[in-house]
Amino acid sequence: MFGLGKKDTTVFVVVIILALCAPFILNPFPGNSSLAQFNAGYPDLMQRFVIFGIFAIGFNLLFGLTGYLSFGHAAFLGAGSYAAVWMFKLLSMNVIPAILLSMIVAGLFAVVIGYVSLRRSGIYFSILTLAFAQMSYNLAYSVLTPITNGETGLQITLDDPRILGASATADGGIPVTNLFGLEMRHFTTVDIAGWSFNFSVGYYLCAVIMILAFYVAVRIFRSPFGMMLRAIKSNQQRLYYTGLNARPYTLAVFVISGMYAGLAGGLLASMDPLAGPERMQWTASGEVVLMTILGGAGTLIGPVLGAGFIKYFENIFSKINDGVLHGWFSFLPDGLENVVITLLHPFVGKGWHLTLGLMFMLVVIFLPGGLVEGGQRIAKALRRGRTEDNGAARKASHEPAE
Amino acid sequence: MSKSTLTRRGVLRTGAVAGAGVALPTIFTSSAASAFTNEPTGGSVTLGFNVPQTGPYADEGADELRAFELAVEHLNGGGDGGMMNTFSSKTLDGTGILGKKVEYVTGDTQTKSDAARASAKSMIEKDGAVMISGGSSSGVAVAVQGLCQEAGVIFMAGLTHSNDTTGKDKKANGFRHFFNAYMSAAALAPVLEKMYGKDRKAYHLTADYTWGWTQQESIQAATEAMGWETVNNVLTPLAQTDFSSYIAPVLNSGADVLVLNHYGGNMVNSLTNAVQFGLRDKQVNGKNFEIVVPLYSRLMARGAGENVKGIFGSTNWHWSLQDEGSKAFVQSFGTKYGFPPSQAAHTCYVQTLLYADAVQRAGSFNPCEVGAALEGFEFDGLGNGPTLYRADDHQCFKDVLVVRGKENPESEFDLLEVVEVTPRAQVEYAPDHPMFSGGNLGSCNPGA
Amino acid sequence: MDAIILQILNGLDKGSAYALIALGLTLIFGTLGVVNFAHGALFMIGAFCAVTLNRILTLSHQVVDESRKDFLGNPLKVDVPYVNDWFGEAAGATIIDWSVPLAILFSIPVMIAIGVIMERGLIKHFYRRPHADQILVTFGLAIVLQEIIKYFYGANPIPTPAPDVFRGSFDFGVLLGFDPNVIIYPYWRLVYFAFAALIVGAVFAFLQFTTFGMVVRAGMADRETVGLLGINIDRRFTIMFGLAAAVAGLAGVMYAPINSPNYHMGMDFLVLSFVVVVVGGMGSLPGAVLAGFVLGVLESFASMNEIKSILPGIDQIIIYLVAIIILLTRPRGLMGRKGVMED
Repeated sequence: MFGLGKKDTTVFVVVIILALCAPFILNPFPGNSSLAQFNAGYPDLMQRFVIFGIFAIGFNLLFGLTGYLSFGHAAFLGAGSYAAVWMFKLLSMNVIPAILLSMIVAGLFAVVIGYVSLRRSGIYFSILTLAFAQMSYNLAYSVLTPITNGETGLQITLDDPRILGASATADGGIPVTNLFGLEMRHFTTVDIAGWSFNFSVGYYLCAVIMILAFYVAVRIFRSPFGMMLRAIKSNQQRLYYTGLNARPYTLAVFVISGMYAGLAGGLLASMDPLAGPERMQWTASGEVVLMTILGGAGTLIGPVLGAGFIKYFENIFSKINDGVLHGWFSFLPDGLENVVITLLHPFVGKGWHLTLGLMFMLVVIFLPGGLVEGGQRIAKALRRGRTEDNGAARKASHEPAE
Repeated sequence: MSKSTLTRRGVLRTGAVAGAGVALPTIFTSSAASAFTNEPTGGSVTLGFNVPQTGPYADEGADELRAFELAVEHLNGGGDGGMMNTFSSKTLDGTGILGKKVEYVTGDTQTKSDAARASAKSMIEKDGAVMISGGSSSGVAVAVQGLCQEAGVIFMAGLTHSNDTTGKDKKANGFRHFFNAYMSAAALAPVLEKMYGKDRKAYHLTADYTWGWTQQESIQAATEAMGWETVNNVLTPLAQTDFSSYIAPVLNSGADVLVLNHYGGNMVNSLTNAVQFGLRDKQVNGKNFEIVVPLYSRLMARGAGENVKGIFGSTNWHWSLQDEGSKAFVQSFGTKYGFPPSQAAHTCYVQTLLYADAVQRAGSFNPCEVGAALEGFEFDGLGNGPTLYRADDHQCFKDVLVVRGKENPESEFDLLEVVEVTPRAQVEYAPDHPMFSGGNLGSCNPGA
Repeated sequence: MDAIILQILNGLDKGSAYALIALGLTLIFGTLGVVNFAHGALFMIGAFCAVTLNRILTLSHQVVDESRKDFLGNPLKVDVPYVNDWFGEAAGATIIDWSVPLAILFSIPVMIAIGVIMERGLIKHFYRRPHADQILVTFGLAIVLQEIIKYFYGANPIPTPAPDVFRGSFDFGVLLGFDPNVIIYPYWRLVYFAFAALIVGAVFAFLQFTTFGMVVRAGMADRETVGLLGINIDRRFTIMFGLAAAVAGLAGVMYAPINSPNYHMGMDFLVLSFVVVVVGGMGSLPGAVLAGFVLGVLESFASMNEIKSILPGIDQIIIYLVAIIILLTRPRGLMGRKGVMED
C-alpha cells in the first residue's frame, strides 16, 4: 500500500491511527480523578508532540541514515519560526504561505551551513554545526534585534501591515492564524461520562502534515538515495574509491533535514505566532539529538516516540507541585504521607530535570537502541515466552546508532 | 480561544468530527456556552502561577511561589491574613474570590519565552486557569502577556522591569505592579547627584539585550540631565560569565563612575569582577571611583557577598520598610517560611490580592470587567504607599526605593539599607513618553 | 599598546580555565576514548568543594544575643563558628579566610574518588559503545549531578571570596613604565594563572617522566599491545580518569573566588571547552592547552571597543568564528592526529 513494503505499511498505519486518535489516547484518565494530572490531551501539548516529532524525523534522516551528528539543528527550526512570523506580520495570517516560506528559508540556511560544515566529518562536523547555531543564537539575541526582536521574541502586533489581511480584527484585537478562515486555535471539547476530549483544528493540521512528513521520510529511507546514504554511513572511503562523490548526497539530505526543521518551526509559529532566540540555543539542538537517540536512531518511529517522551516530561512532570502530591497521598496516615512526599519531592515539579536526567541514563545504559528496542524486547519476550528471554534480549541489541 | 462543552448527546456528532478530521469543527463555533475563557462554574476558581523553577532564576521563582501560596492561603481565610488587613480596599474577607475557593496550578517558565508560553497554555487549556501570574524576566513577561491577550485571560505580571512591558508591548489584558527602568533612573539620579556631585563621568556596561538597552537609555538620560557626562557604553554578551576584559579598560577611560546595567547572574559576576579589580579603592579625577547597580535584587545580591557594600541601586520593595502593610507581610511570610520575603515575592503577593480584589469589586471573573476594575484603581496599604494603576498603560505608579549595600549587615538577609524613598510624583511620566511609545493596549479580550 | 597588554593579560587567565578543562577532557578522551559531557559538571563540583569546605569551617552553634533583634522582632541568634571556639577568634577567622586554598587539599581526594567511582560504575561499560551513547549517558549524568548540587545549594550563586591578602589588584603599568592605574590586574587572577601553569606542567611531567605515565602513553597509542605485554592497563586508565577529574576539580576550586559558583557553571563552560578541545585537535594534550590560551586571548581582544565599533557583536561569536576558520583550514585542529573521531 502507498508504495511501501508490508512492514512499513504496518508502521505507517499505526502512525496514522496514533496521530488521529491522539485526543483519546492522551487523555486516559477522567477529568476529575487525581490521575488527571497525567493527561496530555490538551491542544498545545498535542501540537508540540507532533511538531517536535516532525523535527526529530527530519533530524533522523540526517543522523540515522548518514551518521552525521549535527549539533546545530535548532538553528533551522529558529530560522523557520522567524520566517513564518514575518510572513504573518507582512502578508497575511494564513498559515500556508508562512509554512512554505519557513521551509524555503530553513532550506537556504541549510545549504549555506551544510556546504561549509560537510567539508569535515565526525566530531569536527558536530562542532562546526554547533558553532554556526550558537552564532545564530547569540546574534539573534543581540545585534539582530531589529529582525528578531531579541530577548522578547518576534510577535505579531496591531500595527503590522499584513497586506493581504487585516492589521486588526473588527473589535480591535490581533487577528489569529488560520487556514483559509479556519482558526488554528479553535478547539472543541467533548465530555463523555467524566472523560473530556479536546479536538483542536491546529492539532489536526499538524497531525496531517506530520503523517505526510513521515510518509516522505519512509520513502527516502527505502529509496536508492537512502541506500546511498547508508553506504556513506558504513564506509565513506570505499564509496570514494568506487568513484562516487558523497558530498552532493550528504548535502542533499542535510538540506532536506533542515527543511523538516524549518517546517517544524513554521508550524510552531502557526500554532502560536511567536519566535524567540532560545529556539536556536545549543540546548535546543541537544534536545532533538536526545529525542532521536532516546526513541531509537535510524528507526522509523523512534524519533517520534522520543519527541513525545521528552515533551511529556517537560510539560507534565514540571507541573506536579507539593500541593498535588498531598492530594494524591492524602489517603495515607499523616506521618507516612509526609515521608512519601519528602521522598518524591526532589523528583517532581522543579526537580523534573533530575528525573529526566536519570531516565536518559537508564535508557542509554539498558536500552542502547532506544525506546524502540524496549518495545521490540517486550514483543519478543511475549512471543517466545520466558525461557528464551535472555538469548533474545542479547540478540536484539541494535546496530550502533552512529 | 473558543471552547465549547457538549453533553453526551454530542457524541454522535463528535464521531463525525473525528472522522472528518480538520474541516468540521467550525460548526461548533457558534455553540460556545460560556461568556469568557475558563469561566469558573463550580465552587472553586483556578489561578495559574508560572515561575522559573529551573535555570538561573530558580531561587527567585521559588520565592515567588511561596508568596503565591501565602496569598492563596490568606484569600481562603487561612493564616493571619497578611496584607489583606492593611489593604485600603476591604472587599476581601477570607472566603475565597466571589465565594469560590481559590485553587492554583504551578508551572515552570525555565526563563524561556517558549517554555513559559507552553506552560501558560497548559494552565489555560488543561487546568482552566482564569488568571496567569508570575515570571522573573521581561522577555518571558512580554511573551506570556501576549499569550494571555490572545487567550482571553488576565495576566498579572511578576518581576519584570523593562520599559517595554507597559510600553511598546503593553496589552489590554496585562497589568504590572513592579516598577520599571525609567522609574529606577528617575529615582536614582537625584540621590547620585547628592552623593557623588554634578561633575561625574560615567562608564556603562550594558547587557546586550532589550532590558539592558532600556535600562541604560533611562539611566543615561537621567544622569545627563543633572550634568553627568557619559564616557562610554559597552555592550556585554548575555552569556558572559567573566567580565574582566570589559572592566579592565574602565580605569583608563577617564571615567569615575561605573554603571552596571546587568541583572541576575550577570550582575553578580560583573560586580564581583569590578570589586576584584580594586576599582573602588581607586581615585580618578581626584574623586573616589564609584560603582552603581541600577536594579538590585536582594536574592541575587547575596551571590556577590561583601562586594555590594556601599553600592547604590534601586528596588521595588524591601522587607525592612516600616509601614503597616510591609510589616504585616514580613510577619506572616517570615512566620511561615523563616526568612524575610524578596521584592519578587512581594510583587507577586500584591498582584494576587489586587486581582482578587478587582474581581470582587467587579462582581465577575470576566477579564474585561476585571480589567475595568483595575484601571485607574487607587489603593494603599500594600507596602508601597498610595499607588495608582494607571488606565493608559496598566502600570502601577508608586514610590521607588533607593537602596545601598549595607556596611555592617546583621544577618544574611540584611544586605541593603533604604537610603531614600523617592516620592511617586518624581518618577511619573506621560503615557506617550518616547521611551514608552509605539505600543497600543488594544481592546480587552474575554476569549470565547 | 597598554590596552593590548591588558587584554593579553585578561586572555591568559580566561585561557587558563579553558586550558585546564580542555586538558582534563583530552586526558579522558586520549586514554579512554570516551567523550565526557560530564566534564563541565566535574569543574562545577570542584568549585562546590570550595563552597562545601567553607560551609564546614563555618559550622556554627547559635548564641542568642538579647540586645539585637532579627527581622521578626525576636532576639537575634548569632552564629558562632566552632573553629572560633577551638582556635580562638583570630585564628578561627584566618582559617575561614583561607578556606579556598585549603579546599585544594580537600578537593583532591574528593575529586579522585568521584572520578574513580564514575569510571568504575558507569564509564567502564561504555568503552565499546558508540560515541553518541557516551555523549548521551555522560550528558544525562551531568544533568543529574547539577540537579543534585542545586537541590542542596540552591540556584543562586554563592560568594566564595579569596583570602584577604589576595584582594585588590597589582599595578603592572608602573612596572612597565606606564602611568599608574593603566594596567591593573587582580592578584587572585595572577594566582590562578600561575596555578594553572603549575598543574599543566605537573600533568605533562607526570606523563613524560614516570613509568606510570609511560605505560599510559603506550596505552593511548596501542591499548591491545600493552595489554598483551601483561600490563594491567585498565587499572591505570581508572587512575587517569581520577586524575582528569581532579584537574577539572582543581580548576573549579581556584575559579570559585573569580565568579561565585552556581550549579550551572559547568554547562556554561562545557560547550566552550569542547570547542577548545576540537580546535586544539582531539586527543592532543599540547593542542588543548595551546587552543585554550589562544581562544582566551582572542576572546579578550574581541571585547575591546575599538574592535566592536568596526564589527558590532563580534565578541558574541568570536570563539565560534575562530573555530570554524581553524577547522576549515586545519582539518584536525591545531595539533590533532589523523583518524581520531572522524568516523
